[in-house]
Amino acid sequence: MAIRFILLVNKQGQTRLAQYYEYLTLEERRALEGEIVRKCLARTEQQCSFVEHRNYKIVYRRYASLFFLVGVDNDEVCPSVLLNELAILEFIHLVVETMDRHFRNVCELDIMFHLETAHFMLEEMVMNGCIVETSKTNILTPIQLMDKAS
Amino acid sequence: MAGGSSSSSSSFSTAPAPSLVDSLFQRSLDDLIKALRSQPAGAEPSLLSRAVAEIRREIRSPDPDTKAVALQKLTYLSSLHGLDASWAAFHALELLPSPSPLHKRLAYVAASLSFHPSTTDVLPLSTHQLRKDLSPSSPPPFSSLALHLLSLSASPDLALHLAPDLLPLLSPRSSPSSPLRPKAAAAALRTLSVCPDVAPLLFKPLVDCLSSPDLRVVSAAVGAFAELASSGDPTPYLPLAPEFYRVLAESGSNWILIKLLKIFTRLAPLEPRLAARLVDPLCDLLRRSSAQSLVFECVRTVFSGLPDHDRAVRLAVDKVREFLASADDPNLRYLGLRALSMLGPRHSWAVEESREAVIRSLADPDPNIRREALHLIMVMVFDSNVVEISVLLVNYAMKSDPIFANELLDAVLTTCRRNVYELIVDFDWYVSLLGEMARNPHCTRGEEIERQIVDIGLRVRDARPELVRVARGLLIDPALLGNPFLCRILSAAAWVSGEYVEFSRNPLELVEALLQPRTSLLPPLVRAVYIQAVFKVLAFCFSTYIDQLEISQLSSSIVESNTAAAASCIADGIAGMESTDGIATGDKPASLFSSIENKDPFTCESLTKLLILIETAVGPLSENDEVEVHGRARNLLGLIHMLREILTWKTEEQGFIKDNRIGEIVNLLQSMFSEELGPVSVNAQNRVPVPEGLVLEENLADLAWTLTEDDTAPSMSISFSLRSHQHGKTKDAAASSVRSASLLAEHRKRHGLYYLPTEKDETESNDYPRANDPLLPASQGDVPEDLVKLTKQSLIPRKVKHTKPRPVVIKLDEGDGVSTFPSTTVKESKDDLLSGAIHDALLGEGKPSSSQKRYSDKSSRGRVKDIADTGESVSQSKENLESGNREHRSSGSKSKHRGHGKERHRSPQKNEEKEEKNHRNSARSSHHHERHKHRPRGEALLNVAPRAPVIQHFLL
Repeated sequence: MAIRFILLVNKQGQTRLAQYYEYLTLEERRALEGEIVRKCLARTEQQCSFVEHRNYKIVYRRYASLFFLVGVDNDEVCPSVLLNELAILEFIHLVVETMDRHFRNVCELDIMFHLETAHFMLEEMVMNGCIVETSKTNILTPIQLMDKAS
Repeated sequence: MAGGSSSSSSSFSTAPAPSLVDSLFQRSLDDLIKALRSQPAGAEPSLLSRAVAEIRREIRSPDPDTKAVALQKLTYLSSLHGLDASWAAFHALELLPSPSPLHKRLAYVAASLSFHPSTTDVLPLSTHQLRKDLSPSSPPPFSSLALHLLSLSASPDLALHLAPDLLPLLSPRSSPSSPLRPKAAAAALRTLSVCPDVAPLLFKPLVDCLSSPDLRVVSAAVGAFAELASSGDPTPYLPLAPEFYRVLAESGSNWILIKLLKIFTRLAPLEPRLAARLVDPLCDLLRRSSAQSLVFECVRTVFSGLPDHDRAVRLAVDKVREFLASADDPNLRYLGLRALSMLGPRHSWAVEESREAVIRSLADPDPNIRREALHLIMVMVFDSNVVEISVLLVNYAMKSDPIFANELLDAVLTTCRRNVYELIVDFDWYVSLLGEMARNPHCTRGEEIERQIVDIGLRVRDARPELVRVARGLLIDPALLGNPFLCRILSAAAWVSGEYVEFSRNPLELVEALLQPRTSLLPPLVRAVYIQAVFKVLAFCFSTYIDQLEISQLSSSIVESNTAAAASCIADGIAGMESTDGIATGDKPASLFSSIENKDPFTCESLTKLLILIETAVGPLSENDEVEVHGRARNLLGLIHMLREILTWKTEEQGFIKDNRIGEIVNLLQSMFSEELGPVSVNAQNRVPVPEGLVLEENLADLAWTLTEDDTAPSMSISFSLRSHQHGKTKDAAASSVRSASLLAEHRKRHGLYYLPTEKDETESNDYPRANDPLLPASQGDVPEDLVKLTKQSLIPRKVKHTKPRPVVIKLDEGDGVSTFPSTTVKESKDDLLSGAIHDALLGEGKPSSSQKRYSDKSSRGRVKDIADTGESVSQSKENLESGNREHRSSGSKSKHRGHGKERHRSPQKNEEKEEKNHRNSARSSHHHERHKHRPRGEALLNVAPRAPVIQHFLL
């Protein structure tokens, strides 16, 4: 039921950040990203934020030109162990707010040129697919320390 | 240097100060990104390959800065452009011990994005550095990086070696409110799941985390337990329920509450007292909470964990109705439908209450919502409402877009087929529904409809007349022939009309339909079925004709009063041609006989016309390229030739009886088709006994001698088809076919041993439908208003009186109707292993794990017994300890352990289990022994970790 991957994709379908919490080969990743992105980008505002794809359930949200996608296991047999979809939407919002606070009005270029920083933020928030930190200050403190140190 | 020439003027913008000359020209990551952004379309591959070549050179540099930048670039490219970075694993390792925080960070990011036990063979080399970074003396950011890497790419070995190093991070003493503790908890979860052997070491500290004052720690620990409980057997965590309950009462964080509810969802079904205790807090949360995510989680917990507590269910259903009614939030509508489908048929009243909303959702703009609505409706199908719902959906499919239409058809087809059509009472209705589906212009489910038409024909005798009627409607329509998706259905229709031709109102018309010019549009295999059907119809017409003549002769010669008896006698004879079993002989002959009487009787002219028609239509096909069509056309023409030769029957009807040849031919044909085809069991093949002396495993090379002589079977078949294609002259082809047939016959005669006995030639029997597939979820819709016209209470099962009794449906053995879910045995066994290990850890090592069965039967009696058992097993385990050590010392303890886990999974018998337990104990003890040898430190810590005596007394 843990998070399996987090993707940031722009409107053109280019991946801007990819963090996987389970192992997939490069080919599998490329195929997965392509299929999911095609599915999610085709959807409209009036449609819900959940998409099922193979054995994943994808929860996504669009912020300006960026799509944030989170993949979790889709368990048809026992749906109660699914990660809470609404909580994931809240988590996505938390990610965006955190990035926004750090980069001051985050945009695609910020993430492209500071990919590691973005990864560190996710590392602070998610560990082994579990959400471990939800306070923006707590997330950003070590990153600011690191930035100062280097 | 190539990199230098292509780099822009901003080479030094962010790159660290280069220390060597060649790093002066190194492109930084920013340069690379800029180059990638400004490249013209299509130039990306060449740019990337150039960049990789550069990186390969730079990464070998002795200068750490150059190396780090190269690694950084590679990480970027592999993460976002899908380039392979596994070759650089060693270089990432080289940078891990770097004193510079920047380099260390880069190395850790690179490692955690690309390392995995299955592909990174240098992973064990990182053990030492990880331990160093995890130690309390290293700066917290380093430990954090190391924990992250461990949580992403721990192999079982790495987990085993580093588990003791997690302990100081997990313990509250060393770091009172360290940000590392929640991370350590998450990493411990990963360690536990890849290597269950560390459970005794890590479990207790993880439990302690639950009582930490730091909410982050509690959250991480609860998250870890939620993961553990939901991925495997939750029973071992039952003793922790009071602890979880305390957190539930005390914690105000929604994040923690949601995870806790997940745990309770799994635990509540195991322990009724726990479920009863949960009702109040859950109802409270449902009423008070303003966070939709928490409310939804409560709903889910109630629906799947506490379905017996009506108060909670009632409240949750009300919340779901609110969700469904939220017009502006598609997410809530979707989740509301999802939640309802978790309730299942037992609480169908809840669906009935929201019936209108559910059916309206079939027309939602979001296909996912439509799919969920359809899924929910299909769950609510019972034999009382199947007609209503199916008709509604099939009609709706006519009006909707192609994708949706087919999902609707799918849903109806799969639901109706379930368990050998258990929902269907009126097969006449269902068969005509299948016909309607075939006429849907969007229908692409030909294969499934074909399968069901044939299947129903085979299984349900009473549906055959209607089946033939529906098939006639399909065959006679020239418009359907052009649709490639329908040809499979037409093939089934042709087969049904041929096989059950006795129910056909007008066989002559049927032949015309089967031979209409547009049949040339059909694929060859379907055409072959058509021709075979014509063959059957022809045989039927002739035998009926002869029977007619006999009857008329009899009636003219025999006394009036005897006519009826004689007629029924003959009728029995006719029935004999159709079925050999006794079921039908009661009513069928009469109906058959009367149907023959009522039909336009075949006359000499009509039969002659029939022959001419067939000859003209099938004649050209005898030169067809396709062997199937070719062969069948030849069969048919051969029969016609034979019939033509006997001229007598045409001219003198009276003298016909005396010419017995025609009677013989017709009898022969009758006996060819006399045996009724029935459904074939999926397991039929298994039941064929292997003849004595047949060695199936024998090497086929021994049979090589059979090929050496003049065996040219393969080339023969090729030349056969080629010749018929090139010459096309009937005689030539006939000659060659005769020749090849005789060759084949000779071959068979010589090597008859290796052939299966020849069987009746029916291609259709190969198309026999498979056993039921699991139900597929299907989807969506457009015109809402007429959808809501479902009658009141239609989603609730009710008793209906059927005017007709349900016809007999032939069912075969167990393999026939059981729908199977995809099994997750492999995963289960591993999880089992983990929960077993945790169970052991919970109860302390000296005691063996009590069996899961005993826990789940959860009566206090069971508990007493448990204690008795435990005492018994303790002595046993002591006994076994030594022998176990002896037995297992040499073998790898881990694989041993795993093997036992699997065995245990397979054999739930109590006695065996006890034995297993002892084995497991012995394996465990030998394992400890080994660890003692290799890792004194781990053993010491193991002893330090106190047992958990509190959690054994579980009385809520």
